[in-house]
Amino acid sequence: MERTTLDLWVGMFVVAGIAALVMLAMKVGNLGTYNVSDTYQVHAYFSNIGGLKPKASIRSAGVLVGRVTSISLDTERYEADVVMSIDKRYPFPKDTFANILTSGLLGEQYIGLVPGGDTAMLKNGDLMKQTQSAMVLEDLISKFMYSKASEAAK
Amino acid sequence: MMGVVNTIRAIGHRIINAVWRIGVASRFFFLTLLYSGNSFRRFHLIIKELFSSGVMSLIIIVVAGLFVGMVLGLQGYETLKRYGSESALGVMVALGLVRELGPVMAALLFASRAGSAMTAEIGLMKATEQISAMEMMAVNPIARIVAPRFWAGVISMPLLAALFSAVGIFGGYLVGVVQIGVDAGSFWSQMQAAVDFREDIMNGMIKSLVFGVVVTVIALFEGFDAPPTAEGVSGATTRTVVTSSLAILMLDFVLTAIMFRGA
Amino acid sequence: MTFPKGKLIAIMGLSGCGKTTLLRHIGGALKPDRGYVKFDGQNIHELNQDGLYAMRRKMGMLFQFGALFTDMSVYDNVAFQMREHTDLPEDLIHNLVMMKLHAVGLRGAQYMMPSELSGGMARRVALARTMALDPVLVMYDEPFAGLDPISMTVIGDLIRSLNDTLGATSIIVTHDIQESLKIVDYVYFMAQGVIVAEGTPAELRVSEKDFVRQFVHGEMDGPVPFHYPGVDYRQALNLRV
Repeated sequence: MERTTLDLWVGMFVVAGIAALVMLAMKVGNLGTYNVSDTYQVHAYFSNIGGLKPKASIRSAGVLVGRVTSISLDTERYEADVVMSIDKRYPFPKDTFANILTSGLLGEQYIGLVPGGDTAMLKNGDLMKQTQSAMVLEDLISKFMYSKASEAAK
Repeated sequence: MMGVVNTIRAIGHRIINAVWRIGVASRFFFLTLLYSGNSFRRFHLIIKELFSSGVMSLIIIVVAGLFVGMVLGLQGYETLKRYGSESALGVMVALGLVRELGPVMAALLFASRAGSAMTAEIGLMKATEQISAMEMMAVNPIARIVAPRFWAGVISMPLLAALFSAVGIFGGYLVGVVQIGVDAGSFWSQMQAAVDFREDIMNGMIKSLVFGVVVTVIALFEGFDAPPTAEGVSGATTRTVVTSSLAILMLDFVLTAIMFRGA
Repeated sequence: MTFPKGKLIAIMGLSGCGKTTLLRHIGGALKPDRGYVKFDGQNIHELNQDGLYAMRRKMGMLFQFGALFTDMSVYDNVAFQMREHTDLPEDLIHNLVMMKLHAVGLRGAQYMMPSELSGGMARRVALARTMALDPVLVMYDEPFAGLDPISMTVIGDLIRSLNDTLGATSIIVTHDIQESLKIVDYVYFMAQGVIVAEGTPAELRVSEKDFVRQFVHGEMDGPVPFHYPGVDYRQALNLRV
């Protein structure tokens, strides 16, 4: 086969392959919506994180603003220490409230941020003091049963 | 009594043989890397092999990817419907393809399409003394024949896997969204929320790169090592497909365990 | 045995007597258990890989069935060594290839693929490829095997004329006695790995040695028996004696 025809085909093959990879990255993956480089990190303590995992999304008003970077147990407080990377485009006040929420009844858990009224903004390495732990289904059920039982006892 | 001893001896013999072959193959692999310089200086050698391994595998990869994606869409929908979470169809199709089926299926198809062709071609070159002739012309056959094919395989494999996944997701979209009527918005958005570029897509690409190295080395080694007869070449071609398929599946387990455990 | 410069020498013998092995020793593909092969004053088996490759550039070898590279055209086959070993510009390579192909009469076949060639043509292309870098030592492994009488004569004449024009030394390994006696200067006979007879073609034609006579005249029985050694025939047929 002619060298030029060969080059053309191979070129087309390589371009198609790379285009597929870019398409996967942009359309299928989250590279298009979320950039790792421009973030600041904050952390927060939760008494129970439920099923929260690293890489879980962080949303405010439903908009994806960041990702959970790491989760560890702080042995001084015996609480979960959750580190979050938040997009630099979205500054949050110091008294922002972090909730662990569930998307749908059985869906993935994520962190919801509810901004407070403070004028100072969170900086890299800051601690979010106000948190609410995950709602664990078993706890909810046992609470419900307990209150029903005490109602019945009255 | 003698029967048992003989059986054990036969097992031992096979194991020693297998280990020995792995050793020879590793040496072959290192020689290939050592003599690779020439094929990068004369890149058209690699381009020629990219055509025969990459471009020639395109059709089978695209068609297979499309159908695998369509089956995933159909099966995934039937399963997810029971839990009322049809909107997660995109996630399921995309993760299944990008993490597992894309790299693995593309590698299996590549082994049977391009790998077997490589083995047969090199085995025939050996049988017709082309490799001896090359050595007598003071041209190193590993540098001239093996290395360009190796690099072409290593370059083609991730590209083919990416194509397989992309086409497969499109197939899932065709069945799930166009035919069944899952909401297109949630199909794409849930997919984008769940699929991570580094964690899922890059790991899938690393997998296929590893498969590319393994499949091409097996194919080239079997061809180079084939007895220079018609039966020898056909036996080597079969061994290429069997060995590389097994290697792909076993390595896939190991890589998956390393990459995705705990994530 | 010695192969003096500029001569055309044949090594003959029965199938499996070690002729091809001898060629492989000269080419450095095998290491001898005993003895040595000297080429240009150097011991071939003592060379390292680079030295061996440098030595092989001065050698050419024509393989039994040509061993043309099946994925390249006739032109690329002949140009192969020039491209691998030299940095000659492509138009110079073109001229060289044309000269080589012209010498074997196949200039018109330059665009053909090896699969389209007849056996005799393939052999001639292989000859052109062997001569590509003007080697000082050319080895032919069964150059006449499987050829029709016309191609045989053509190849024989080409080997002779190329040898004389290049001033090279040629070694032909063959068992085609009549064809080679016509062209060579000297003949060695081998049997079971050792030389059993030698001489010029004229001497050999009139030789009184049993083995040489059987070989030259193609007689059925002689020092080389028709029957492979085995048990007594009557015993093999289970006859009671």
